[in-house]
Amino acid sequence: MGKLANIARWIDYRLPFFSFIDHELREYPTPKNLNYWWNFGSLAGITLVVMILSGIFLAMHYEPNTKEAFDSVEYIMRNINYGWFLRYLHANGATMFFIVVYIHMFRGLYYGSYKAPRELLWILGVVILLLMMATAFMGYVLPWGQMSYWGATVITNLFSVLPFGESIVEWLWGGFSVDNPTLNRFFALHYLFPFLIVGVVILHLIALHQHGSNNPLGIERKEPRDSIPFHPYYTVKDLFGLGVFALIWSYFIFFNPNFFGEPDNYIPANPLVTPPHIVPEWYFLPFYAILRSIPNKTLGVLAMVSSVSVLFFVPWLDTSKVRSATFRPLYKWVFWGFVVDCFILGCVGAYSPDHIYASLGGLSNQTLGQVTTLLYFTFFFVALPLLGIYEKTKPLPKSLSEPILQKKNIANVSASIFCLFMIGSLSPLYGSETPTLPRENWSFQGPLGTFDRTELQHGFQIYKEVCSTCHGLKQIRFRDLAALGYNHEEIKAIAAECKVEVIDDEGNVIEKPALPTDTFPNPYKNEQAARAANNSALPPDLSLITKARAGGPDYIYALLTGYEATPPKDVHLAEGLHYNPYFPGGQIAMIPPLSEGLVTYNDGSQPTINQMAKDVVTFLSWAAEPELEDRKQTGYKVLIYFIVFTILMYFVMKQVWARVKE
Amino acid sequence: MTESTHNPPSPKKKEPTRRDFLLLTAGAVGAVGTAYFAWPFIDSMNPAADILAQSTVDVDLSPIPAGQAITVVWRGKPIFVRHRTPKEIKEAEQTPLSQLIDPETDQDRVKKGHDDWLIVVGICTHLGCIPTGNKPTQTRGKYGGWSCPCHGSLYDTSGRVRRGPAPLNLAIPPYTFLTSTQIRLGVDEVAHG
Repeated sequence: MGKLANIARWIDYRLPFFSFIDHELREYPTPKNLNYWWNFGSLAGITLVVMILSGIFLAMHYEPNTKEAFDSVEYIMRNINYGWFLRYLHANGATMFFIVVYIHMFRGLYYGSYKAPRELLWILGVVILLLMMATAFMGYVLPWGQMSYWGATVITNLFSVLPFGESIVEWLWGGFSVDNPTLNRFFALHYLFPFLIVGVVILHLIALHQHGSNNPLGIERKEPRDSIPFHPYYTVKDLFGLGVFALIWSYFIFFNPNFFGEPDNYIPANPLVTPPHIVPEWYFLPFYAILRSIPNKTLGVLAMVSSVSVLFFVPWLDTSKVRSATFRPLYKWVFWGFVVDCFILGCVGAYSPDHIYASLGGLSNQTLGQVTTLLYFTFFFVALPLLGIYEKTKPLPKSLSEPILQKKNIANVSASIFCLFMIGSLSPLYGSETPTLPRENWSFQGPLGTFDRTELQHGFQIYKEVCSTCHGLKQIRFRDLAALGYNHEEIKAIAAECKVEVIDDEGNVIEKPALPTDTFPNPYKNEQAARAANNSALPPDLSLITKARAGGPDYIYALLTGYEATPPKDVHLAEGLHYNPYFPGGQIAMIPPLSEGLVTYNDGSQPTINQMAKDVVTFLSWAAEPELEDRKQTGYKVLIYFIVFTILMYFVMKQVWARVKE
Repeated sequence: MTESTHNPPSPKKKEPTRRDFLLLTAGAVGAVGTAYFAWPFIDSMNPAADILAQSTVDVDLSPIPAGQAITVVWRGKPIFVRHRTPKEIKEAEQTPLSQLIDPETDQDRVKKGHDDWLIVVGICTHLGCIPTGNKPTQTRGKYGGWSCPCHGSLYDTSGRVRRGPAPLNLAIPPYTFLTSTQIRLGVDEVAHG
């Protein structure tokens, strides 16, 4: 112990590392009345670190090339050890990061944390937000799915409103459309920007430690007993918060990993087809809604840019002398109104502009967007300046140690309940527009579900005997079939039935039986051949089909079983098409693929259309998510761990804080 | 560490054991969690599932005349497949073990009944260079096997190191004779009977 202390002292005399840690993390005096809303700063910091870490490890396997990018992401998901974990951690991490940062910002708005002398602290925070937005946008492009591609196209086109816009956009693209140079530079910048964020975060922290944290009362600390050292009080409180946060994050990673994603992004980018309904990631929806609600390109972009950059001026737009909304009876409600307005803007952004809300008396999405956009700017340009002048604020307590504290807790709890209630009541606004699908019971659904092995094998048989004549399954290797319960010899035999092209010693292309390590060969040599054989329709690859369609397995099942021999009278079938109400547009090129008794199951079970559809959908769901069982099992261990961690931290926190209460 | 300037009031020293227990448990749980969290990151850098499952390679031996060798690639490594002459086999078998740096008999390095075939990983056990001697135009060194161009290690006709700095014999990859003129690299099936 003595020797270690000596070494520490030797280092510290030359590089004040230990005294820095001691000063800024241990004894750093912090207001003693910070509530849980103050947890989100440290959570944001932790999320940033986790994002950088997982990002670095993903970058070791990702290929920033338009030909490889999409498949390399699937390669990470299927072949890299824990690749699915790293990717889902990172993808859901972006969502978690924005949730945490938005709450952190709303907290700042509520308690007036941007007021003198913390204006620069706030402004640095807005800079971090801008950098985060750029980083998140470029990261979303990397998987090179349909949403990636069209998101990149739309967002880069925003710059076309600038003078010389055309040239600027081409400069951003490195070409005449979003293409390989764009993907390459986005990857480079997506790797760079997080480190810029780290830099600004350091400035943010320096600015924070200059005057210390604001607090729920919004008054400065006056006497020593108003402060407590950061460690252990807030370290343990932050750890408890981290436990709760990790539970939520883990739930999404392990049990609902694509909740925040768009099915369209599991379709490889296609520069010739825009998805019918393109939306940005949820965290951009309010800004996207503002962009769309103004029916003029330049003004719309201007409004969207202003909606973020107005945040820079908040310290001066708010004229009130009182920081905390606790003592501002009017502002408090205006604030919550603003929060709700932001949520409604988010819902507006999620729907197409022509959407009509039947439940709101036929209100059109366009009108709702315009009203909420107006309210958004009203908050900043009318409410903030005028309230400061006309609002009659409540008397401020003399110090943090005044007994007014007791009442505060109740106010906070009711505020959070109010917030949750408002968000909950908005949920009917937010939802997808998919047609209602008949719900099947899937063996793999729910947090405990696993794939039924018999259904998997039957489903594979149907894929092999029926679907594979037109549809590829290129992400799957024969050896992956071991998960269906086949042994090595059986897999070898299955593989050998397929032929792959190889080059022999004389340089000739010859056909050889496939090996277990080969991927399923595509039935067609190329896209042209596939289209030529299918009345110019392209049978999609089925590796990801249940993930790439809204409704997932239910949609595929409905499609397979939903053919109607005679279309309704008002439908005029084009030549070579078939009527299927579940297919967008109702007319599909695929002939009804299943018929009674089409295959013979080894175990003698009855191959009805419904049973065959169920089997093949189960197989395709496995093909799309081979990691599903592993993921859920790991998930349970992680959830149990974090429950134990959170409970422990709660008790440690109670122990530690008991000293303050005395 | 210096004492904190602000010492929170702790008037009563009650239940030190319970508090210590709580802190220790919390610390242990945190440490275990951190270690588990680190594992997926570390493991992601290990060979991926498809690389581990990389296929076996079948090699046709019939075109290789006695005295010559070919190089095939297996798992990204060069494999030397050498058709030995009776003289080379005799040399290898008669070398006393006492003369070897890494003593190993020639029988242990070939498959029973196939002692005219020597199959070794063509990577010098010193620092990973590829020894010369597989092509007729290349020098095989004093012991008639291979010679490493990097630091001068010499191998004999059994692929055993005869002069350092290499410490070990050339490694034997797993392989099986499918027929008398065909081998499969990557599977090491125990010969029956």
